[in-house]
Amino acid sequence: MFPLKELKRSLLISLWFAFLTFPIMVIKVDPIDRIVIWRWDNMAFVAIGSFVLSILIKVWILRKERRNLRKSTNRDITEPFVQRILREPRFLYPLCLGVLTFALLFPSLFSTYQTNIMITALMYVVLGLGLNIVVGVAGLLDLGYVAFYAVGAYSYALLNMHFGLGFWTVLPIGGLLAALFGILLGFPVLRLRGDYLAIVTLGFGEIIRLVLENWSAFSNGPSGISNIPRPSFFGMEMTFEGQIHYIYYLVVALVIFTIFVVNRLQNSRLGRAWLALREDEIACQAMGIDKTKTKLIAFSLGAFWAGLVGVFFATKTTFVSPASFSFLESAIILSIVVLGGMGSIVGVIFGALILILMPEYLRSLSEYRMLAFGGILVAMMIFKPQGIISNVRRSYKIKNKSTISE
Amino acid sequence: MSEEILRVTGLTKNFGGIKAIDNVDLDIRSGEIVALIGPNGAGKTTFFNCLTGIYTPSSGDIHLRNPESGKETRLNGMKPNKITKIGMARTFQNIRLFPTMSVLENVMIGRHCRTKALILGAIFRDAATRREEEEILETSYDLLKIVGLKHQVNEEARNLPYGAQRRLEIGRALATEPFLLLLDEPAAGMNPQETEELVTLIRKICKEGHSILLIEHDMKLVMTLSDRIFVMDYGKKIAQGTPEEVRSNPAVIKAYLGEDVDA
Repeated sequence: MFPLKELKRSLLISLWFAFLTFPIMVIKVDPIDRIVIWRWDNMAFVAIGSFVLSILIKVWILRKERRNLRKSTNRDITEPFVQRILREPRFLYPLCLGVLTFALLFPSLFSTYQTNIMITALMYVVLGLGLNIVVGVAGLLDLGYVAFYAVGAYSYALLNMHFGLGFWTVLPIGGLLAALFGILLGFPVLRLRGDYLAIVTLGFGEIIRLVLENWSAFSNGPSGISNIPRPSFFGMEMTFEGQIHYIYYLVVALVIFTIFVVNRLQNSRLGRAWLALREDEIACQAMGIDKTKTKLIAFSLGAFWAGLVGVFFATKTTFVSPASFSFLESAIILSIVVLGGMGSIVGVIFGALILILMPEYLRSLSEYRMLAFGGILVAMMIFKPQGIISNVRRSYKIKNKSTISE
Repeated sequence: MSEEILRVTGLTKNFGGIKAIDNVDLDIRSGEIVALIGPNGAGKTTFFNCLTGIYTPSSGDIHLRNPESGKETRLNGMKPNKITKIGMARTFQNIRLFPTMSVLENVMIGRHCRTKALILGAIFRDAATRREEEEILETSYDLLKIVGLKHQVNEEARNLPYGAQRRLEIGRALATEPFLLLLDEPAAGMNPQETEELVTLIRKICKEGHSILLIEHDMKLVMTLSDRIFVMDYGKKIAQGTPEEVRSNPAVIKAYLGEDVDA
């Protein structure tokens, strides 16, 4: 069943891998005793591991090919399991209800530490959904998204420090300020596309970070701003744990709000215009869509969510410094969108939960975290380039009076 | 004679030292089907791009006049979306649909410039927005019926056969409610039967009150459909007139139609 040729290939692959990893996996220099330790057993692990892995992948590909062959002859279209569930309201509503109950009970089921991690993960869900508007739906590759996140966080920190404004006042201000910065970024990049756009947005993200780092009189420089108050609840005094739970519920509410709004936006006149812009800019203009306006709205709406989450970030950590807004942060948010599935809300949620929660629960493997991260991304791009859950195009049922359609 | 809706005078477009269009005049009257023909590289598509705002003309004037309101606008230097909104829509020589959007959604995009719901409307879905969405859906579906694609509503545009994609482009352009429709080689790559259907379709569209300017290489189609023909060669207009006049014009024969003109 498994051809000998493939077996030979796998053998070659494993030898090649053993050779490639030789310098890092086998040789270990002990600088104190001035000796070299040869770890040959590691080489054996690598060789066997890559051999088994390559065979498994090959078997998987063969099976997939065979299945595709059968599909094309049978002509029955089988949708992926997840998408079938998402389409069927019979399954969808109980599922949503279940997830919601779990989310609401989460703080009482798990420890404060876990709740804290969950807050972070949910914040990234919102960030991912916000960036999804820009990258996934409107197709504008934005590598400086973290700048808007920083704008939100710093607007809370600074407005609170100088004017004593509270969380609830700053929340909309932070969002709107970030949206304003979105428009500011949008204007110069209107004519750019693809790689050029990515470079300029990357630069924009760095500019914001560098300004925060070097303009000490304004932002306290690299030492950051501390003692940011947590949100109030009608002036009630809360324990530390109570505060964490409170923030958790606020973030859950924010996530629900975001999903609701983003979903409606996607299925609207504006959402269609974004999609069209992503697919073909010239045709889009020829169809009467104002490119400038549509792009600017996408940028500012995406930035708006980042601003909101920025305020949440500041209040959760009670401390902001430029170090939290490095390029890596933008890269993670972008990975969430790409890994989860561009343009797909459920995909982005899964992407955020996986990318943020997994490193937390795999702390024991922390040394290999980045290795695993890279590996997963590469594997995803090979096997599922559309993301974990790709976007399902909405289908319309026609109920015209004059014609009865099937 | 009905009134003029498009008047182009002395249109010139330079790309560096090359004159892609050289001092071309053209006019279209309401309800006409006008063809623009010429050998490859004559500047026909550049002419279209100047009309629709993708290029800014180097000199010359383009005036568009709405036959209903009688309002006249000078199009030079206007953005493509503004021009579409005034009432001139186009299709593309190399099909430019939105490939991963559904057939219906492609046409719905065309309704964009005639509707106005924005962020708040999308979020709150108030009565006006819902009515508008319904209007978009109904109009788009009706247009799909006209171009003969009502059974492929939810199909992705890229999965359609070639001829159907061309018809979808026409449907999408019609959704913007143009009084003047520009078709850039609508019959390219179609088989004789598809071309036949296309002729019927274009006649139907014209009868419904849209004037048409088309670029086409299929001489049979041009001669049967057009009321008047303009001929371009090397960026210059070399002839104009009814199909019969153009057919017997020696300059045209020399430049383009060759010996086969009476075949």
